[in-house]
Amino acid sequence: MNGKSLVSIVSAGLSKFGKNEGLYARELFAEAVKEAFDRCPRLEPKRDVKAMFVGHMGESYEHQGHTASTVADWSGLLNIPATRTEAACASSGAALQSGIYAVLSGLADVVLVGGVEKMTHRSTTEVTEYLAMASDYPFEQWHGITFPGLYALMATAHMHKYGTTESQLAAIAVKNHYHGTLNPKAHMQKEITLEKALNSRTIASPLKLYDCSLITDGASCAIITKPELANKFTDQPVHIIGTGQASDTIGLYERQSLTSLQAAKLAAKKAYTMAAVKPEDIEVAEVHDCFTIAEIIAYEDLGFCLTGEGGKLAESGETRLGERLPVNTSGGLKAKGHPVGATGTGQAYEMYLQLTGQTDQRQVKNAKIGLTHNVGGSGATATVHIYRSGQQ
Amino acid sequence: MSMSEPFTIEQFYKFLAQGKLMAGKCQKCGKIHLPPRPLCDKCFHQEFTWVTVPGKGKLLTYTVIHVAPQQFQEKAPYAVGIIQLENNLKLPGMITAISPEQLHIGMDLTIDFTACDNTKPWPQWPRYCFKPT
Repeated sequence: MNGKSLVSIVSAGLSKFGKNEGLYARELFAEAVKEAFDRCPRLEPKRDVKAMFVGHMGESYEHQGHTASTVADWSGLLNIPATRTEAACASSGAALQSGIYAVLSGLADVVLVGGVEKMTHRSTTEVTEYLAMASDYPFEQWHGITFPGLYALMATAHMHKYGTTESQLAAIAVKNHYHGTLNPKAHMQKEITLEKALNSRTIASPLKLYDCSLITDGASCAIITKPELANKFTDQPVHIIGTGQASDTIGLYERQSLTSLQAAKLAAKKAYTMAAVKPEDIEVAEVHDCFTIAEIIAYEDLGFCLTGEGGKLAESGETRLGERLPVNTSGGLKAKGHPVGATGTGQAYEMYLQLTGQTDQRQVKNAKIGLTHNVGGSGATATVHIYRSGQQ
Repeated sequence: MSMSEPFTIEQFYKFLAQGKLMAGKCQKCGKIHLPPRPLCDKCFHQEFTWVTVPGKGKLLTYTVIHVAPQQFQEKAPYAVGIIQLENNLKLPGMITAISPEQLHIGMDLTIDFTACDNTKPWPQWPRYCFKPT
């Protein structure tokens, strides 16, 4: 038997991911919250929800800071404590862990955790600059190193050290685009071929357009509570049995390794230990594929394969839906999209649906144990969560 | 050189503008910090000594950036890398005076201060870069 339940997810919601023209972040967040409330009719939001943690990376997009109170206001959840968590692309992974702290502290028995980002109304140049803010200003941004550039530096090192190929990187894109076609809320709904991915234009060598995740608008949320209260709200809870978060140097150049993310390995170790689960027990996973190389490194950091063999696992097809360990059934950041602040709890949403059997055509049959892996920036933050279906 | 300069990022760049690559050595545990820090991350000591770091190293990894932020667009595509210096110190930076196909991991690079644009008023930092040795 695995570790005990820390908290239980009793509902979750996700806005449509994509180009949501004419909508503000707060309106997208309200869309996600509405779904979570509709899925959980036994919850009385104004009575039951005691606190909110909201991941949001950038106030530059909408010239709007103070995000948590803004979205609490627009979600009809006035007056409860609402706190923003910011850890770049791991902002809502951090919101989820903060929510777990809140529930376990006993100060709030029902907590809404979520995240949001509205990005597509800005030009690619502007978004490139805003995303780069998650990296080291005086030594990375100052020297013209972009976000794709940082992951490209890891990709070059990984290819040199382990013989990982551009074709193996592209295999991640092909898989996740296929999964995206099975998710009606995904930003991209079309399959791509290996050739198309390999022939796309260079962004930061060796990374090409199809190695990069999407600039997307979206919001996500989950409602968590004490395990003993879960059945008050739902007959189908999903339990979180492990949580881990870790940090690392803000500058990629100061890291011990350029081919793995120490923060992700530390977060995974904490979560696996807490959950009493081994990598081979994981049946479905959502990992942080901001770039294709990031999913390959995630396979290794999470113990899904041996160090250096992530590329081989990518091209083996074993992480495709219907195979040994489906990864990023939602389409991942690559095809579902990456509204940065919404990504962490967006992964939790997919895990909630998978472990309650509600994903329709992308369902991993009989999945009981799942994992989410959310990375901030080039790896200065990572969160890992492990989930168990409430249906034993 | 005066030992009174603060161990700050700003001072690091001021030395660069003078053609010097300088690091802060912890007076207690001896760890060398490049860039300098106000607090030793090994022993939490706060007193340091400036030491000169030889500006020669080997290329650990690189990329050629094609999609650049606004202020770098006229340079794109341009190469950046992480350079391994002595004492396990590392620095990222642009790599100039080389064509992309000649870049390879392990190649010898030297810091180039002459490429620094020192004409802009402070606090615009000078930008060092690396070129083949």
